[in-house]
Amino acid sequence: MRAVDDLELIQPPPAPSRPLPPTEPVVDEPMVLNIGPHHPSTHGVLRVVAQLDGERIVSATPDIGYLHTGIEKTFEGKTYVKGTTLAPRMSYLSPIHNNLAYVLAVEKLLDVEVPERATVVRVILAELDRMASHLVYLGIHALDLGASSLMLYTFRERESILDLMEMTGGARMFPSYIRPGGLAMDLPEGFEAAVGEILDRMPSAIDEYETLLTKNPFWRERTMGVARLSAEDAIAFGATGWLLRAAGIAYDLRKAVPYCGYESYDFEVPVRHEADAYARYLVRVAEIREAVKIARQALSRLPGGAWMTSDRKVAPPPKQELADSMEAVIHHFKLWTEGFKPAPGEAYVGVEAPRGELGMYVVSDGSGRPWRVHMRSPSFTQLQALETMVKGGLLADLVTGVANLDPVLGEVDR
Amino acid sequence: MSGIEILEVSLISAAVIGALLTGFAYATWFERKVIARMQARLGPNKAGPAGLLLPAADGVKLIFKENVIPAAVDKGMYFLAPLISMIVALLAFAVIPLGDPIQVPWREGLMRLGIADFNVALLYVLGVSSFAVYGISLAGWASNNKYALIGGMRSAAQMISYELAMGISLLGVVMIVGSMSVTDIVLWQKSHVWLILVQPLGFVIYAITALAETNRAPFDMPEAEQELIAGYHVEYTGMRFALFFQAEYINMLTVSALGASLFLGGYALPFVELPWFGDLAVLLAKVVLGMFMFVWIRATVPRLRYDQLMDFGWKVLLPLSILNLVLTAVGIVAYQNWM
Repeated sequence: MRAVDDLELIQPPPAPSRPLPPTEPVVDEPMVLNIGPHHPSTHGVLRVVAQLDGERIVSATPDIGYLHTGIEKTFEGKTYVKGTTLAPRMSYLSPIHNNLAYVLAVEKLLDVEVPERATVVRVILAELDRMASHLVYLGIHALDLGASSLMLYTFRERESILDLMEMTGGARMFPSYIRPGGLAMDLPEGFEAAVGEILDRMPSAIDEYETLLTKNPFWRERTMGVARLSAEDAIAFGATGWLLRAAGIAYDLRKAVPYCGYESYDFEVPVRHEADAYARYLVRVAEIREAVKIARQALSRLPGGAWMTSDRKVAPPPKQELADSMEAVIHHFKLWTEGFKPAPGEAYVGVEAPRGELGMYVVSDGSGRPWRVHMRSPSFTQLQALETMVKGGLLADLVTGVANLDPVLGEVDR
Repeated sequence: MSGIEILEVSLISAAVIGALLTGFAYATWFERKVIARMQARLGPNKAGPAGLLLPAADGVKLIFKENVIPAAVDKGMYFLAPLISMIVALLAFAVIPLGDPIQVPWREGLMRLGIADFNVALLYVLGVSSFAVYGISLAGWASNNKYALIGGMRSAAQMISYELAMGISLLGVVMIVGSMSVTDIVLWQKSHVWLILVQPLGFVIYAITALAETNRAPFDMPEAEQELIAGYHVEYTGMRFALFFQAEYINMLTVSALGASLFLGGYALPFVELPWFGDLAVLLAKVVLGMFMFVWIRATVPRLRYDQLMDFGWKVLLPLSILNLVLTAVGIVAYQNWM
């Protein structure tokens, strides 16, 4: 109540007794509406300053920075291996890809050989991560348009993928299982069977989601022709991933600049030409199906053997070696006290994350800690396309636009 | 009307209001439970057996909430708006007959089960329910909040456009029965057939406009959580918020009961004569069916966009309801002349 009392203290002075001069004619000006940072459909702490003419959007400016964590600077104070656990934390929806991109960049600096088993496991995990992330997109997008049930169905499937993540690294969201030189440890028993079970279930689950949405007239009304981003605009904004693929450009880093042996897998890059929200939905659903295909191929070719490089300058020696090898003890000591030291230089690796090209740029000055780590995060780059996508649409289309960009604010602000 | 009859009507009114307020509480429980089952969840299960005490817990919580009144609201209208919503929601139920008249021991003649029965009942329902828009748009206007304002504007436009189609869709029923009294309509259905068989298009239009009139998904534009957070009641807390909430659910109960009375035979079942509590149970079952449809639709479809909603109302529903009216008129004339 105090706030109201204070307000009453600063009441304007009483009106003058003589008649006021005629006021200016009322000018129609757009209403400024602050959407976020606390708003149910801004996917975190995104703030959009929207100017509305009635309900029509005149402009929509994203205002970012509410989730700034200084994660890039934090990398500089940690050894390379510790950075492995830091990288996933900037994107809580596709942590494996962040982990993978960072590790690939460090491995490029180190120029280390990675055993085949580790590479194939990385592909399996990356594709599972893609499925999990796309499932979140699908559920949240439907929820943003008011269809609440789908979110719970997709999260049910995502949950079982998170169970797999827990099997690998012990944590559900950020297992940080992929390490420079290979994997943190070997796969647990029963992992392959569990993955196979989920891969068997996934196609029918996606069919189920599609029966709810693909031909649903409400869904089509709300997404067709909405949040359009033409191919030229998408390229101009540096958009990658499904924004490009829904605009007719078959650009996928797994095909264009293959990593982890993606060139040896048989999969399609789904492309649509409508460049609207509905096309993006179809592209992403098709991508989940392709991810199932890739993961199944990877599972069938999963070799046995080493899961970590034998390079003792990078990977710690196994425990039993410590008992009878002085060299092993020295390596162990060096790795745990100061970490490995890549030669001075820089490396950039881009991976096809669920949201587009996720790049990690790591600079080494020859010490045990990176001199600089910088990310090219798809969410940040693509968020600037928001205004182009939603301008001229209605307020409800802004929600569709944000849901389509599917930004992870941890990745936007870093 | 004798003193004892006035007493009877007062008691029935009190019972109906009590039933509606309890019904509102359990309508929320029902919605949560059903939608949870549809969404692979359990729903309320902690407060009491099967979560049955949750509505009571909610009520206690809402009563004890601090009433936050934002600065610079238009106080008179701000306080008035939830009351309008609530009162209007309760008023419309008055004309729903709850059962056949019954013999009572304390006086001659039959006692009507229902609050009121008069010859312009349907007109009264439409008139009263069109008042509901005042509650919502005044709340949006008075709250000094842009989201609430947009919500209020949306609801004004939406309710006015759907009212029209709803009114015309009901005209078919009136033309066939030849009376606007809901009791007469139920009795007609008792002696002939359920009107849903004669007026299928009218029923569909009524069902759709009922969704829009009660601001339920997929027409929940005024509160569109993902766009307007809570729309018109975003600045209301505690019991004032609860009044809006109650009004929405009581409106759902009312349109379900009205739909049941106009199209599904009301309290009566075909071929069977039931005692008065049987009539009540049948009406309740039909209302629950209507509520289930509300919940089912909410769990399934996305929300329409505002312009699409207006397009749909004016370009599809209104012409269809006029078509229904014309077809009914032609049908009645044909029936009278050639059958």
